[in-house]
Amino acid sequence: MGFSAAARLWGPPGLLLTFVLHPALCLRPAQTSAPPRRDYCVLGAGPAGLQMAYFLQRAGRDYAVFERAPRPGSFFTRYPRHRKLISINKRHTGKANAEFNLRHDWNSLLSHDPRLLFRHYSRAYFPDAGDMVRYLGDFADQLGLHVLYNTTITHVTLNKDRQAWNGHYFILTDGMGHAHRCSVLLVATGLSVPNQVDFPGSEYVEGYESVSVDPKDFEGQNVLILGRGNSAFETAENILGVTNFIHMLSRSRVRLSWATHYVGDLRAINNGLLDTYQLKSLDGLLESDLTDLAVVKDREGKFHVTLKFFLEEGNQSADTITLPQDDSDNFAMRVAYDRVIRCLGWNFDFSIFNKSLRLSSGGEFSKKYPLVRASYESKGSRGLFVLGTASHSVDYRKSAGGFIHGFRYTVRAVHRLLEHRHHGVAWPSTQHPISQLTSSIVRRVNEASGLYQMFGVLADVVLLKENATAFEYLEEFPMQMLAQLETITGRKARHGLFVINMEYGRNFSGPDKDVFFYDRSVGHTEDAWQSNFLHPVIYYYRHLPTEQEVRFRPADWALPRPTAIHHIVEDFLTDWTAPVGHILPLRRFLENCLDTDLRSFYAESCFLFTLTHQKLPPFCQQGYLRMQGLVGTESLWRHGVESGLLRDYAIVGRRREDQGQGPLSSSQAPGPPVQPLDSNKEEL
Amino acid sequence: MMSSSFNIFRVGISFVMMCIFYKSAVDSLSELSPQKYFSTLQPGKASLAYFCQADSPRTSVFLEELNEAVKPLQDYGISVAKVNCVKEETSRYCGKEKDLVKAYLFRGNILLREFPTDTLFDVNAIVAHVLFALLFNEVKYITTLEDLQNIENALKGKANIAFSYVRAIGTPEHRAVMEAAFVYGTTYQFVLTTETALLESIGTEDIENAHLYFFHCKQVLDLTDQCRRTLMEPPLTTLNIHRFIKTMEAPLLTEVAEDPQQVSTVHLQLGLPLVFIVSQQATYEADRRTAEWVAWRLLGKAGVLLLLRDFLEVDIPRHANVVFRRAEEGVPVEFLVLHDVDLIISCVESNMHIEEIQEDEDDMESPDTDIQDDEVAETVYRDRKRRLPLELTVELTEETFNATVVASDSIVLFYAGWQAVSMAFLQSYIDLAIKLKGTSNMLLTRVNCADWSDLCTKQNVTEFPVVKMYKEGKSPASYPGMLGTEDLLKFIQLNRISCPVNITSVQEAEEYLSGELYKDLISYSSVSVLGLFSPNMTTAKEDFTEAGNYLKGCVITGIYSEDDVLILSNKYAATLPALLLARHKEGKIESIPLANSPAQDIVQIITDALLETFPEITVENLPIYLRLQKPLLILFSDGSINPQYKKAILTLVNEKHLDSLTPCWLNLKNTPVGRGVLQAYFDALPPLPLLVVVNLHSGGHVFAFPSDQAITEQNLLLWLKKLEAGLESHITILPAQEWKPPLPAYDFLSMMDAAASQHPTRKDPECTKETDAQENDKKHEDKSAFRKEPIETLRIKHWNRSNLFKGEKSFKHDNKEL
Repeated sequence: MGFSAAARLWGPPGLLLTFVLHPALCLRPAQTSAPPRRDYCVLGAGPAGLQMAYFLQRAGRDYAVFERAPRPGSFFTRYPRHRKLISINKRHTGKANAEFNLRHDWNSLLSHDPRLLFRHYSRAYFPDAGDMVRYLGDFADQLGLHVLYNTTITHVTLNKDRQAWNGHYFILTDGMGHAHRCSVLLVATGLSVPNQVDFPGSEYVEGYESVSVDPKDFEGQNVLILGRGNSAFETAENILGVTNFIHMLSRSRVRLSWATHYVGDLRAINNGLLDTYQLKSLDGLLESDLTDLAVVKDREGKFHVTLKFFLEEGNQSADTITLPQDDSDNFAMRVAYDRVIRCLGWNFDFSIFNKSLRLSSGGEFSKKYPLVRASYESKGSRGLFVLGTASHSVDYRKSAGGFIHGFRYTVRAVHRLLEHRHHGVAWPSTQHPISQLTSSIVRRVNEASGLYQMFGVLADVVLLKENATAFEYLEEFPMQMLAQLETITGRKARHGLFVINMEYGRNFSGPDKDVFFYDRSVGHTEDAWQSNFLHPVIYYYRHLPTEQEVRFRPADWALPRPTAIHHIVEDFLTDWTAPVGHILPLRRFLENCLDTDLRSFYAESCFLFTLTHQKLPPFCQQGYLRMQGLVGTESLWRHGVESGLLRDYAIVGRRREDQGQGPLSSSQAPGPPVQPLDSNKEEL
Repeated sequence: MMSSSFNIFRVGISFVMMCIFYKSAVDSLSELSPQKYFSTLQPGKASLAYFCQADSPRTSVFLEELNEAVKPLQDYGISVAKVNCVKEETSRYCGKEKDLVKAYLFRGNILLREFPTDTLFDVNAIVAHVLFALLFNEVKYITTLEDLQNIENALKGKANIAFSYVRAIGTPEHRAVMEAAFVYGTTYQFVLTTETALLESIGTEDIENAHLYFFHCKQVLDLTDQCRRTLMEPPLTTLNIHRFIKTMEAPLLTEVAEDPQQVSTVHLQLGLPLVFIVSQQATYEADRRTAEWVAWRLLGKAGVLLLLRDFLEVDIPRHANVVFRRAEEGVPVEFLVLHDVDLIISCVESNMHIEEIQEDEDDMESPDTDIQDDEVAETVYRDRKRRLPLELTVELTEETFNATVVASDSIVLFYAGWQAVSMAFLQSYIDLAIKLKGTSNMLLTRVNCADWSDLCTKQNVTEFPVVKMYKEGKSPASYPGMLGTEDLLKFIQLNRISCPVNITSVQEAEEYLSGELYKDLISYSSVSVLGLFSPNMTTAKEDFTEAGNYLKGCVITGIYSEDDVLILSNKYAATLPALLLARHKEGKIESIPLANSPAQDIVQIITDALLETFPEITVENLPIYLRLQKPLLILFSDGSINPQYKKAILTLVNEKHLDSLTPCWLNLKNTPVGRGVLQAYFDALPPLPLLVVVNLHSGGHVFAFPSDQAITEQNLLLWLKKLEAGLESHITILPAQEWKPPLPAYDFLSMMDAAASQHPTRKDPECTKETDAQENDKKHEDKSAFRKEPIETLRIKHWNRSNLFKGEKSFKHDNKEL
């Protein structure tokens, strides 16, 4: 997340001119002074850039990271202004499972080195931003990542070339006028341009990026804060105790992250002002569209809020401008403010990208994010990927893709995609016999951090082999790209597939929702589909859905309508290993999708089936018949007999001897619901 | 009959059609002329006669109903007749005009009542009216509350009252009441009303339906007391009233001191459950009061008994205070712990409700998908509380793993704490540790992959359970065998020596072949393999070494390639390179030439050699023999095999008659599950031993050697010949069904669809019925729960849940009525 100042525009005009005026020159392959070539260029050595560098390094790829600042993570040297990160640094979970623990570690990047976990860098639950800077520096250094510091890329353009992987190269020009030619461009520059709303008087407004953080400067003042995000509340929190009052103004209602389940919304740690507002301690929240407002300065240097159209009436002198209270004497913002502070978030810096890249912003999120596909590839140019915070348009206000604990996984997904696209390395997967299916899913839903953090965005995919005797397990695939799974992963999905996603209840999250309502938790397996809290959901498709189906899926469905769906009932401890509550219904679901029997059996049962049936259940086929039957112990066997699932044939024998011919029903013995053996006799 | 067809002939074709239609039904209705009819009337006997002008077509509809009433009325001793008024023989009952035909009820030849045919609109009305007329004294018809009170007062201390309300005379409910009155009319005073006001005045809101109350007046001694009332809840049918009155007659509360499963009362015969209130001597008085209270509440719904625990011979669970026995036969009694008397009531009522549902959709009966049907998962779950001596194995972590497996030769079990198969095998593993305690220098360790996920992934473990052996200087080897104590033990023991082991002298080789050298190991490997090579046969030696390595842990292999190898090759008549196979059990040594065989082939040669010609088949070794893909010839024997049979079969083997089969025998003492196999083959099990041929790989036909023949060479041979020629018929064919899902899964997709179509907002806090139930549940227990979680285990949840819901409903219901 290189933070490049908005004001700084393109590089030396001379060089730019060369490229613009002589595009033919660039097309010639044998250029006299060919710029240094890279397969992968990463813009920005913030968390996302470093994360991508790590994966490229591990895969032995030709790459370089370009960073404007002398050290990684320069964004965090200034932001957040009040230095407290709101990403949690949970150092204890009571569990040893490193993958599980990442579910509650929102700051670490992914690596093979357990020393590079953030918990070794701070003991604070909400750590100091300085620790993040230190951590990112260590991450880059200790892993020997190839970062070019003090290199400001001032301009990026496209150079068509048939030889190139994507039909074009990306030409990056740095502040020294050097050009770098890249086959793939990975933009991880974060959001660096403060969002400004243009209204009359906006020049009087101080920005979050430069406002004083010393509470003394606010002593006894009336403060108006524009914005309703975490930066606004963080600013308010800092000065809450010294101001006369703080008013907070924004277009939409406050969104509390514990109600929306979106970490980017207002976090409880920052919400002190809500308390004082609701307890009528002078502070307050207001809703209004900023673009309709105007701020006027009076003679004493105080600020008044008025409406834009009053200004348009022609009076320019501050004292004569109509104020809303002139008409409506109980207007809420009729007091004069000492300060107006703007905390309206950030936008992506589009300025360095040449138009030829067609890196445009999406309509809905206007200037904030560049438009990308669900694969994080720019819609405008192939081979340009947006990583990290800037890639949040994919799951804005839904999941965690804009934050370290989310994009560290999406970066990995992009890397896997690239490995297949350019190096023929198929998406990593493990293959198992079908008897392992339930276990494989249970394992992942209980420990996978990528699924947990990037719920609704990354999903595990189980690809079934022919006749459903075996399956491949793919982790953390961008689920909106499901239709393109085969081309992205290089794996075949011809025989049906399962998609394992994590979801909150459909109607549970929202800024206006009561998330504490009385009956919010579901405990019964048959009501699992009504689970509200994050829980695993498994989709079964007989065929890979098409692009159309994915795009035109029903509203508020994460994926197109599946052939069958299973919800594992939400769990208070997020521990989905209960034999009857979680695993059994899951097995029944899988069995019914695959139309087979996925129970496990002891060797003795398999022996019986082998000699009394022509076909065997998968567990016996894939275990017992391969000399890997489960023998069991005396005490387990006794439990089996007690439960009625196993039979004591020794007793049967004894009884038979005693009674001659006992009433021997085989109904108790486990087996498929088949007609009795002798029914076939009629065939004679 | 004759006259009727004559008439029909006259009125025309259309009427013929109708009469033919009715003809079969009219059979039992006697048709008489008036004169004849009156001559049949007997004194004291009731008779219903319909006087009919045959040329009126309208009467036929009535006749159909009348005809249906013949049988039921005859049951009450009432005869029914159709009297044809023909012109020649008129009677005053025949009426003047066609429209004025009527039915008349006579007792003897006295007219009791005349009925216009429109009051007798159907069979129920006919029966009801007739009985009502006849039981004029037994069934009092009243219209006011005062009437009722008068009757009640008059009968206090004398008799009980059956008071019923029906919406109208002639309804099916009226008929049911009248039929009951016919039977019980002398025992109880029947009172009937059709006045809704009267019903309301005794406190019922539901005036839509018929009601029957039983007034317990007989036991009222003080005339100022009211008679206790019991409402009959099921719909008014003859059978239900009968059942209800029967239960009113049964003793309110019975004391028993016998096994609840054995007790029998009238309730069970009537299809009603029994509720036993468990009582102890110390609390007898209170228990009896409770039981009486319950008995009153459940009167007509269930039998209530007081079970005297102190005099009981059978054991019942210590905390159980209520025993519930369903009326269905063969259903085990349920022992319940209920702390609220209302719960007993709701428990019974909810069960009655379930019964009703089941009657409605008999074949829709859905098995409980919540019940574990995975034998491994269930047994591991049931064993969860047993503490295993886990300390006998070393638990490894991410930190200790590498250091440990480097420091000593180790076996590592990779398992997952939540996975049943893993946990079942962990028990065998611990048993192994107990066996090996202090005797092995192999360190037994384990890694719980639920905790150390990354470690397991790094060790390439992605399934559970996996056993790997880590030996110094060698890459880790996965254990390929059965997940059981014995097989793993064998693997560990045989891995104590290197494979192949280097033999250095002829003497040592002889000791090796005789089993002396590795005395303690030959119980694990019945065959010792020795490769003989000239010192210069490097490639052959390498191949053999590779094969030996591959078979490590499965068989002992040795290699001898000294200069004096010819001594051995001459002695055992082997051409170098060669294998010597020492079968220790049989004390035989055979040689197999190894001409340029690659390692793979050597492995194959050795594994083939490991197979016995006539093995005892066991759970463990069956898969090995199945690999031969031949039909099995199995001799089932109860205990050791008869040496003569063995000899006979071995002779056939040696004469190559059994080459197309895998001959083996099964000892039912060692492999009791063999009985299960036999049960599948034979309807009636002939005496053992039994010889069968099972064609598992094609067709699944099973053939049995005739049990009346002796198992001799000749007989067997003959039988096998016939078998081959297709002259024998199979005793059964093994089912070829695929293994389908044992039970259905929840169909969440349609539940979601249904919810979406019902209320688009989906789960509202107040809409689902579970909500009510749970709320009710939790309000009692824990109002302050931060987040409400189900406290009950899933196993009992279904029960509780349906109960509480029903319980609450019926409780309210009761309150209104009593």
